[in-house]
Amino acid sequence: MDEVKIIEIKKSIFADNQQDADALRKELKAKGVYLLNLMSAPGSGKTTTLIRTLNLLKDKLHIAVMEADIDSDVDAVKIQEATGIPSIQLHTGGMCHLDAEMTRQGLDNVDLEGIDLVILENVGNLVCPAEFDTGSCRNAMILSVPEGDDKPLKYPLMFSVCDLVVINKTDVMPYFDFDLDKCKEYIRMRNPMAKVIPISAKTGEGVEAFADWLLAEVRNWKNQ
Amino acid sequence: MHELGIVFYIIRDVKEAAAEHHVEHVSGVVMDIGEVSTIVPAYLTDCWRWAADKEDLLRGSELKIHIIPAVTLCGDCQKEYETVRYGKTCPYCQGGNTWLLRGREVEIKEIEVKDNN
Ligand SMILES: Nc1nc2c(ncn2[C@@H]2O[C@H](COP(=O)(O)OP(=O)(O)OP(=O)(O)O)[C@@H](O)[C@H]2O)c(=O)[nH]1
Ligand SMILES: [Mg+2]
Ligand SMILES: [Zn+2]
Ligand SMILES: [Zn+2]
Repeated sequence: MDEVKIIEIKKSIFADNQQDADALRKELKAKGVYLLNLMSAPGSGKTTTLIRTLNLLKDKLHIAVMEADIDSDVDAVKIQEATGIPSIQLHTGGMCHLDAEMTRQGLDNVDLEGIDLVILENVGNLVCPAEFDTGSCRNAMILSVPEGDDKPLKYPLMFSVCDLVVINKTDVMPYFDFDLDKCKEYIRMRNPMAKVIPISAKTGEGVEAFADWLLAEVRNWKNQ
Repeated sequence: MHELGIVFYIIRDVKEAAAEHHVEHVSGVVMDIGEVSTIVPAYLTDCWRWAADKEDLLRGSELKIHIIPAVTLCGDCQKEYETVRYGKTCPYCQGGNTWLLRGREVEIKEIEVKDNN
């Protein structure tokens, strides 16, 4: 009879990623590069918001963008055309999230010399990206009005890992029963430290506040 | 696909552990999976079959899944309750100030090796 030997492992599959992410953050700090991990559900307005925001920031910061679409480069091309900012496509190999190793591989394809800010547009998904630290300095997410004010209750992990929640498409607020105060309260229940900025990427309302937040974040990262 | 990605992480970690323990073939891998971890056990074992059979180390090996029940703590009354049954509202005080204590684990518990000497 074969005897079965048991080898105890007790290791979370997220453990290695956490180490990789912490190492990446340290390196970015040494280089003075600020990496923002931007997450959201599909179609919340990440690309539209980025175009508006980057046009406000591009004279003040040197910026690069990494787009993690599963298999198209539509967004990378759009951003580059609308802002002139270099934008690369990250290959996720069909994965529903980016991990720190994939982020590092993406960064290897960006010329970081003189770059202050890199924005990573993560895979459109409110579940898996929240589980994997990418090595970014901060996490931000975009929640759009048509998705509903109760999303912080349904995706608590996503909201608890984000330092900033941008609420987009405020121009359509009159057509949806989206209660901004209630939404802010739900976000605070999950994450008392999160900052909330309502914007309309369509009209441009509030976009300046997001740009100011980013600018202050980048300066702070370099100086602290 | 979500579960396939997870399987690749498991294979990476099992390979590492096998090398460390000088194991040439693994016959089973036991996982602790939290009840609310977003992983569907049947998909995970299907993906495992497909991916593990491509590796000499893991060919024919079985992925065994041990489910960890999810437990939520109520911040208002400090009681613990079953997450899946009651969700985010505390059944004792009806409060919404609640936090998941356990149930999101995706952990390799142990590996099994057939000792045929
Ligand atoms: N009304 C309104 N529409 C918006 C706003 N922002 C974006 N949209 C529209 O929403 C749709 C999706 O916007 P995108 O910027 O492509 O969203 P995304 O999150 O990058 O989408 P994916 O990358 O496909 O996940 C487009 O039709 C935009 O024109 C807004 O503030 N108001
Ligand atoms: Mg986009
Ligand atoms: Zn996933
Ligand atoms: Zn209670």
